[in-house]
Amino acid sequence: MQPCRLVADDLACRRGDRVLLRGVGFALDAGDALHLAGPNGIGKSSLMRILAGLARACAGTVTATGTVGLMDEHLPLDGHRPLDAALAFWRRIDGGVAPIADFGLDDLADVPVRYLSTGQRKRAALACLSASGAGIWLLDEPLNGLDTHWTGVAHAAIEAHRARGGIAVVASHQPLALAGLGVLPLLPHVPAGAGD
Amino acid sequence: MARTPTKLALIFVRDCTILLGGARGRGGAVLPLLFFLAVAMLYPFGVGPDAKLLARTGAGVIWVAALLAAILPLDRLVEPDLEAGFFDQWALRGLSEEAVMLVRIVAHWLCFGVPLMLATPIAAGLLAIDGHALIVLELGLLAGTPGLAAIGVTIAALTAGLRAGAALGGLLLIPLAVPLLIFGAGSLQAGGENGLLLLAAASLVAVAVAPFAAGAAIRAARD
Repeated sequence: MQPCRLVADDLACRRGDRVLLRGVGFALDAGDALHLAGPNGIGKSSLMRILAGLARACAGTVTATGTVGLMDEHLPLDGHRPLDAALAFWRRIDGGVAPIADFGLDDLADVPVRYLSTGQRKRAALACLSASGAGIWLLDEPLNGLDTHWTGVAHAAIEAHRARGGIAVVASHQPLALAGLGVLPLLPHVPAGAGD
Repeated sequence: MARTPTKLALIFVRDCTILLGGARGRGGAVLPLLFFLAVAMLYPFGVGPDAKLLARTGAGVIWVAALLAAILPLDRLVEPDLEAGFFDQWALRGLSEEAVMLVRIVAHWLCFGVPLMLATPIAAGLLAIDGHALIVLELGLLAGTPGLAAIGVTIAALTAGLRAGAALGGLLLIPLAVPLLIFGAGSLQAGGENGLLLLAAASLVAVAVAPFAAGAAIRAARD
């Protein structure tokens, strides 16, 4: 894996006319993990999309060295296809990277994606990300809908990814049990007079 | 990681499978085709079995039917993939929106334009169109349907995510496709073969502009 680095400098993001966050900054090197913590609606997802380069920050810069993978509330799989075939599409695009963890999807290989439960969809999304070969993982609420067992597997996958020199940024309202995890509370970055 | 042309080829195969197969319960390539043939079948009932009248007006009816059939697949061309986050994931893998949209235009043309051209001889039979007119008609469709597909994908990208997107898409497509209809139907009049060149030119402009317009629309939808 190529060396990864993710630096955010004085980021501000807004939705519509409302500035959600300002002055968000951090620097992550290979093996680092960061937890973006904050209540619902604070702008975690918007910030994730900015870090991914999919949205523009209204101030500040993001510098990413290495490929970026994003897992958010979307599941980029064709609903009518069996799970295995739908995952195979991304596997072929990503050039057959060995997945980093087993999310127990083998039993669901023949099930069309649209019949998956919430937790199963989350596991499929994690499987997509973990087989993408991306160096910088951006995980937006990765634990939503996962039971205790699969929460543990997701943690293990993130740790394995870091052990290989990857970076993980996790936006979550839940606590995370990752070794040496940096926590960035977003509440202090909400501009005065805004927020909810 | 696979190289960019390989990735685009994989996306092309997927697009074709989905546009052809009628997945997501919205009818695939068959629905516009049946609509197209239904118009050709109903028209003689409407104006009566006068072969001369049918032959004179039939080719124009085929062009109108092709244009209206192009409206049917609009709502499933872009929106489902935008909702599922496919475009985000492609962007993260370094594929430009323009390239992805060009691939989609070609796939849409294959799944929409080509079946229409294959069905045209049947429609021509129903409308008493003779051999020479049929050839001009097919040439016209060959030149015109890529433009129709390009306009369709652009409008689908522009209206994706809007609540009344499907209805709005239909309304937007009609004025943009009028040049194709005018040159296409015009080329069928006696001595109007040069219309084919204008038709091809109009179609080419649409195909050239569409990937950029549709790509910009996808990016704008992200903000």
